[in-house]
Amino acid sequence: MAAVADVQEKAAAKEEEGMSLRIDDHPVLSFKKGKKVSFTFEGQQMEGYEGEPIAAALHAAGVRLLRHSPHKHRPRGFFCAIGRCSSCMMEVDGEVNVMTCITPLKAGMVVNRQEGHGVIKP
Amino acid sequence: MLINDGVITREELATVLPSDERFKKGPVAIIECLQDIPCDPCVSSCPKKAITMKSGITDRPKLDEVKCIGCGLCVPRCPGLAIVVLDMTHAARSAALSLPYELHPVPKVGQVVKGLDRTGKAVCEAKVLKVLSAPKFDRTHVITIEIPKDRALEVRAIRVA
Amino acid sequence: MSRKTEILVVGGGPAGLSAAIVAAQLGSKVLLVDDNPHLGGQLIKQTHRFFGSSARDAGIRGFMIAEELLKEAAGLKKNLTILLNTSVVGFYGDTEAGLLSPERYEKVTFERVIVCTGAVENSLNFENNDLPGVYGAGAVQTLMNVHGIRPGNKILMVGSGNIGLIVSYQLMQAGVQVVGLVEAMQTIGGYLVHASKIRRMGVPIYTGHTIVSALGKDGVTGAKLCRLDEKFQMVPNTEFEVKCDCICLAVGLSPLIELFQQADCKMVHVGELGGLVPLHDVNMRTTNPHVYVAGDASGIEEATTAILGGRVAGARATESIHGETAEAGKVVSDAVAELRTLRSGSTGERIRWGREKIEKEIAAC
Repeated sequence: MAAVADVQEKAAAKEEEGMSLRIDDHPVLSFKKGKKVSFTFEGQQMEGYEGEPIAAALHAAGVRLLRHSPHKHRPRGFFCAIGRCSSCMMEVDGEVNVMTCITPLKAGMVVNRQEGHGVIKP
Repeated sequence: MLINDGVITREELATVLPSDERFKKGPVAIIECLQDIPCDPCVSSCPKKAITMKSGITDRPKLDEVKCIGCGLCVPRCPGLAIVVLDMTHAARSAALSLPYELHPVPKVGQVVKGLDRTGKAVCEAKVLKVLSAPKFDRTHVITIEIPKDRALEVRAIRVA
Repeated sequence: MSRKTEILVVGGGPAGLSAAIVAAQLGSKVLLVDDNPHLGGQLIKQTHRFFGSSARDAGIRGFMIAEELLKEAAGLKKNLTILLNTSVVGFYGDTEAGLLSPERYEKVTFERVIVCTGAVENSLNFENNDLPGVYGAGAVQTLMNVHGIRPGNKILMVGSGNIGLIVSYQLMQAGVQVVGLVEAMQTIGGYLVHASKIRRMGVPIYTGHTIVSALGKDGVTGAKLCRLDEKFQMVPNTEFEVKCDCICLAVGLSPLIELFQQADCKMVHVGELGGLVPLHDVNMRTTNPHVYVAGDASGIEEATTAILGGRVAGARATESIHGETAEAGKVVSDAVAELRTLRSGSTGERIRWGREKIEKEIAAC
């Protein structure tokens, strides 16, 4: 499955690089994180911090392919990270077009890549 | 040229370098700020009023090398991290250079680091003589390193292994 | 549901916060609305020390300036109400706006509105510019400085204005390698001290170059660059590849101006200010007398000028309701003098040209 391969590839690359994408030690800033929570992405269990944007949690876990475009199925990730460009839209808990760069992560969320436009339930 | 690649040439440096006579007297600041940007914290940082801007905050800072005692208080205050203090009287063959540092890990006194020139190339080893960190410096450390005298005008950064 | 206020301030970044603080201090009833869960706009992401005059904030890190503003705002609860996670979705007539939050939709009536909606990042045209891993510079700052996550391990930065130079430095502070900075012009766009800082950390600056394509299938794995001549044409046979897992675009900002268009404000296109801006006078008032502007929405500049413009707007909007006062007049004259100083010198030239165009258009109105 493409999603699993992407995650595994990233995890292997991370191990190779020997560096997680999360910043533990910064010369100027300190980061307050909420509690660690589990959520699922494409059926895989992942971990993130409660309250951080879903796209950020995914990114830290090595996932940056968030959806495929409607016509040419091009892989897309986020771009502006402040909820202005719509590049980061995914399906979250059954709802489509969720802007994951500004939507806070909650425990148990079910996150899937959005393929194309997504279907809005009536 | 500075404007093409961010690296000061010898000629450009000469316009802000203190005189050889001044270097023989002890530590002195070198303010490598060659653009008239609106900025003046260096002026108010100097307890000896050795840094002036004649006609306002877009002036390039001018250092009075006689008034400057090389105390280094200006080093952590410059938003552009453009000021160093160089002491050519430190020892017979080596000089002491104090520069601003805002990365982790912060080196420890006695540690040997790499001295980098203005293009980031390692040109010498440098022993850390002093690490000054103060709440007033707001997370900009002032690191003093010992470098060969013939590298004193080249080295402007360090790489901690 | 509906609310009433005297001055509605749209956007709680440095401009909006400053406008709201001044207006509340001068006695107006103010409603400050921001669509984020916290105030501060882009200022909270700025870890570097600010330039400018030491009489105001120079040498202080951007996010600490934001903390000061937030403290000031917190002390003005009598006159200042703040709504977070709330968007101003439209103007209805001259004195009514719609507010949308996750909980409700409501209308607010006001006497004056100060629109401080900031700006949006520009994109750049090159092959595969939509690959995951191509991010705006602001996005990289948000990821790093707000969420504590590195955007990648090896970044290519495109753009040598102050944002490209500063974010490159911040990336290195976060432990990310910057493989290079690409600039189409033959000279560096931002402050040269910023450029020197990253050069001595080993970052090459490729002036007179552009990015031809991003490489990678499901995400960025590299980039193809090539040289440009002085006419910005690609020089044949100069292509080369760099390995990277993230491409950061710092190629300018464009003012966010939809609300002004809804309010029938006259707009003018000024390249030096980032594009379309609402025409406004020295009091930061647009051609709609109820509508004021401040910050990047009035022209792309900096946080310090946003703060000063916000102070002018807050003071003048208050005076237009409650009458002129010496106190408000002093806020304005101090701010105007500081703005003039900040915009002087050779590095302020472009902004001055842009501002002159605005003045000419207003005079012709």
